[in-house]
Amino acid sequence: MSKTLFDKIWDAHVVTAVTDGPTQIYIDRHFCHEVTSPQAFDGLRKRGLKVFRPEKTTLSPDHNIPTLNQDKPIQDPISKNQVDTLTKNANDFGLTLYGLGHEKNGIIHVIGPENGLTQPGMTIVCGDSHTSTHGAFGAIAFGIGTSEVEMVLASQCILQPRPKTMRINYNGKLKPGVTAKDIALYTISQLTTGGATGYFVEYAGEAIRNLSMEERMTVCNLSIEMGARGGMIAPDETTFAYVKGREFAPKGEAWDKALAYWKTLQSDDDAKFDREISFDAAAIEPWITYGTNPGMGMAIGGAIPTIDQIDDASRISFEKSLNYMGFKAGEKLEGKQIDYVFLGSCTNGRIEDFRAFAAFVKGKKKAANVIVWLVPGSWAVEKQIREEGLDKILVEAGFELRQPGCSACLAMNDDKVPAGKYALSTSNRNFEGRQGPGARTILAGPLVAAAAAVTGKITDPRN
Amino acid sequence: MEKFQTITSTCVPLPIENVDTDQIIPARFLKATTREGFGDNLFADWRYDKAGQPISNFVLNNPTYTGQVLVGGKNFGSGSSREHAAWAIAGYGFKVVVSSFFADIFKGNALNNGVLPVVVSEKFLADLFAAINSDAKTTVTVDLVKQTIINNASGAVESFDINSYKKECLVNGLDDIDYLLSKKDKIEAWEAASI
Repeated sequence: MSKTLFDKIWDAHVVTAVTDGPTQIYIDRHFCHEVTSPQAFDGLRKRGLKVFRPEKTTLSPDHNIPTLNQDKPIQDPISKNQVDTLTKNANDFGLTLYGLGHEKNGIIHVIGPENGLTQPGMTIVCGDSHTSTHGAFGAIAFGIGTSEVEMVLASQCILQPRPKTMRINYNGKLKPGVTAKDIALYTISQLTTGGATGYFVEYAGEAIRNLSMEERMTVCNLSIEMGARGGMIAPDETTFAYVKGREFAPKGEAWDKALAYWKTLQSDDDAKFDREISFDAAAIEPWITYGTNPGMGMAIGGAIPTIDQIDDASRISFEKSLNYMGFKAGEKLEGKQIDYVFLGSCTNGRIEDFRAFAAFVKGKKKAANVIVWLVPGSWAVEKQIREEGLDKILVEAGFELRQPGCSACLAMNDDKVPAGKYALSTSNRNFEGRQGPGARTILAGPLVAAAAAVTGKITDPRN
Repeated sequence: MEKFQTITSTCVPLPIENVDTDQIIPARFLKATTREGFGDNLFADWRYDKAGQPISNFVLNNPTYTGQVLVGGKNFGSGSSREHAAWAIAGYGFKVVVSSFFADIFKGNALNNGVLPVVVSEKFLADLFAAINSDAKTTVTVDLVKQTIINNASGAVESFDINSYKKECLVNGLDDIDYLLSKKDKIEAWEAASI
């Protein structure tokens, strides 16, 4: 029977199926950060259990860590306790930790691919909804809760209902100046923030094939923002070239064997999806959000919907959202002054994002009215920024580079946007208070962020 | 986990759509290393002002509305996978969340913490909000064994889906780890076959 890419990987990982219940799936790679794991390790202690397959779990603190002075003790005692607890758990249970100060430390979804821990055909989980990022390699990767983290630690398995499958095709080519982030924000706007709930999405089509691995990670990263369990892209030569030679990638004969298998990982021609949608890639514009969920977005030159364009049942939520943002229905946002710019996160904190930002701001100056936080996704990204001399371009333009971490994406550290201020952010969520209590977030890609950083306003980077 | 069978309770209405887990429990409260105490910060930024004082028009601060059943708008629990959201809802004392649509990860997290997500039709939900609005003493009865929810103001009944495995877990207060640990031989057999 013909199968989708999802079916092939899922079926290869079924250990048992519970009658009229979930499937027991084997997990190849498990990532942990400090926020969603302590209660799981505590659960193991209470049950007197060890980690079943310690070599398959990798830990890195990322959510709480400061982006300045990482060599000094963390100031916030509660954050420090959570980061220290991760270290203690790594030691107690014999797990690999890339702790604060380690050259491999960084956002877990950045360091997994960087080190070759993420590979095609794998099942990958983490107590973090943006685990969908790893699907870019043709893996089944999804976020889980802490009880499920405990399940994976205890048994290397998880119980999951089989999701439905959806394929989204992007036909044709993207227009110049349109980024992977724009593809994702455009798609979420079309499907709404809950539109892919219950589905695992495969992204396909010419515009997807033309993306680099890092761009594919950006697209898959945002799958959860339309409710999808995860997103994936069939592996191809771009994928294999990226994985080859990385530290934990297979080597020698093992590489040849793996590669032969990976080449079978694509949806069969006549595979059936529960839902299939197509978009014209050329219709995608640089995209921004105006509301308080990632589905409330529009082309950068567009206008916020008017109230009569909103369903009756959704009007209270729509008005609450605009009220929070300080925007009016029907309003255009291009040219609007902003206060903060954030480049970083597991969505847009990779070297290509910094290259794009640096290329745009080269020879220009930071706008005086904005505070700009440039936060690499990992120490490896930071090192590459310096090796390529991007740091000099940034400094000349009036910017400074901070140290890696999740930072202002969710403001668990000190990088908080003050109440009422507007942040143009390359991160993944514009929920109320996400970047600090009362902070107002406008999501966009790295080019729109760069344009805002030098103009101080929402600006179309193509102009 | 506590056993769950039948509940009859008044409701706390929250007729907002797309309530995300950042609203249920904001990120700055995720720094604890235990599961306890999250109920105090449930909906913290809607519930308290900057000085930490209760905001009187938020429903959790309105003594008119109490009960073990939270009724939310469409697409409840979207966003972050944080199980802290389920811990906060359970910690506050809710046993059931009713909505016309739930985000997947939240739904799983709720079930793993003895909180039952009940999916109802848009009409049932709208009628229930209207009934609670006209009489805060409106109760619902949720019967997990029969898989039904009754709006006791109107008598309207709907059945809801839950897979029989999860139902069995909730009714008996068991969790998934017990099940997985009983399958060690199958896991090792899978590993041996896949190498």
